[in-house]
Amino acid sequence: MRMGASRRSLYRPLLGAVGLVAMFGLWEASVRVGLVPSGLLPAPSALVPAWLDEVRGGFWQGAIRDSMTHYLLGLVIGSVLGGLAGLLCGAVPVLDALLSGVVRVLRPIPGLAWVPFAILWFGLDTAGATFVIAISVFWINFYAAHGAVQSIDRDLFEVAAAFGHGGFGGRLFKVVLPAAMPGLMSGLRTGLGQAWMSVVAAELFGVPGIGARMMQASSLLATDLVVIYMLTMALLYALTDMAFMLVRNRILGWQG
Amino acid sequence: MSNGEGAAPDVMVRLHDVGLSHDGGRNFILRGVDLEIRRGEFVAVLGPSGAGKSTLLRIAMKLIAPTEGEVTLAPAATAQGRPAGLVFQDAKLMPWRTVQRNVELGLEGLGLGRAERHARALDALRLVGLAEQAGRWPRQLSGGQRQRVGVARALTVEPALLLMDEPFGALDAITRAGLQEELLRIWAQTRKTVLFVTHDIDEAMILADRIIVLAGHPASVRGDLAVGPRPRDRGAPAMQILAERLRALIAGDPDPAEAGYWRASEI
Repeated sequence: MRMGASRRSLYRPLLGAVGLVAMFGLWEASVRVGLVPSGLLPAPSALVPAWLDEVRGGFWQGAIRDSMTHYLLGLVIGSVLGGLAGLLCGAVPVLDALLSGVVRVLRPIPGLAWVPFAILWFGLDTAGATFVIAISVFWINFYAAHGAVQSIDRDLFEVAAAFGHGGFGGRLFKVVLPAAMPGLMSGLRTGLGQAWMSVVAAELFGVPGIGARMMQASSLLATDLVVIYMLTMALLYALTDMAFMLVRNRILGWQG
Repeated sequence: MSNGEGAAPDVMVRLHDVGLSHDGGRNFILRGVDLEIRRGEFVAVLGPSGAGKSTLLRIAMKLIAPTEGEVTLAPAATAQGRPAGLVFQDAKLMPWRTVQRNVELGLEGLGLGRAERHARALDALRLVGLAEQAGRWPRQLSGGQRQRVGVARALTVEPALLLMDEPFGALDAITRAGLQEELLRIWAQTRKTVLFVTHDIDEAMILADRIIVLAGHPASVRGDLAVGPRPRDRGAPAMQILAERLRALIAGDPDPAEAGYWRASEI
């Protein structure tokens, strides 16, 4: 029984790895056979020397360091502000109604559209990139938190009140925060992926980092470098998502 | 106004001419409800679904303020500002807390140390036979076990008054019978005053000393009947007569006893 369960839990990641290997194999083969000209798409085997050059020059490490700085700052600022605003609007109907018009106006504007203002207000540096990333993450967390508060089982407020936690603090700490936690967590996770997309957008305009390096490489038609940074970003996303899921599963152990 | 004013010293809860309306007095959910519960009594409030039984319970607990009338709780019924222990219909445990931490809910914010909270919660869990499940999550328990945790949670605050809102209504018949027995054992052991809301005539007769029938629109007290000595035998003729009387009171028919269907000695 136990054996079967552990075998099944390994089954999916194993298949996932097989699929990944197959993709790289097909890719390599189609370039070698000549199905795809190597000028249009570099073979995976050609990426390794290019990557080593980048590492030796220190460009790769530098780009990762810069982008991680933008990513983490934007993610934290956007998630915290968005989550708090969502919790408040979800919990205070008057505030929710008051801000509903503002939300409707600002919500559909993508982070990318704010780039001119990011440059004007913050400049072509970390602050500007952080701003663009934070905006795109803000809305994801705002709606996740808002929805999480709205869907709390109302009866739990009565339970809290019956056992002496009927005040604002009691409702907030005994009910709202723990009950909204799964929703907050899924918002954070969506933001985690969205923020990487915004990193590229924020850096395309010259703020140093992975996005800027990709832009430079593509203007020189160095497709191998572009692919290297694409894969780098995928790797960084996988690592941040895995780290997040470890924390999440600890916090939400009660969900099973 | 002092607590317990106008009530006999052993009265735990007293409702006088209580009414509740949500639209400023045009329509009443409850009206003219008079009710007295004495220390140590096991009282069932019996009525059809939607009759306002749960609302009455919350008024008695001062979770809802009545539109008219007066609620008096004896000082003994309120401990440290917590009026009483309340057991909900679907247990209503907090899914993010372990069984142990759910039971501790009412003890938090009372200035008790961690160790004492822990010990008291464990005592209550022992009383309902779930001490071994203390570290589990609510989702890992059966419906009957969850309801027992709900009972333990209400008992930890050591209330003199235990209020139960159809606590076994959602359980299967076998589990329900087991929990009824267990509740009677706990009641005999702790001698709490119990106010138990149910729509189940049989359940009311097995558990209670007194059955208060609440029915009508707006709901009011239609009858207040004493039940015979314990242990109860479902098959006894007196119990069947009582069941008939309760059914008639709920339906609004004349009380068969008063209508002379039976000789008084049978009742």
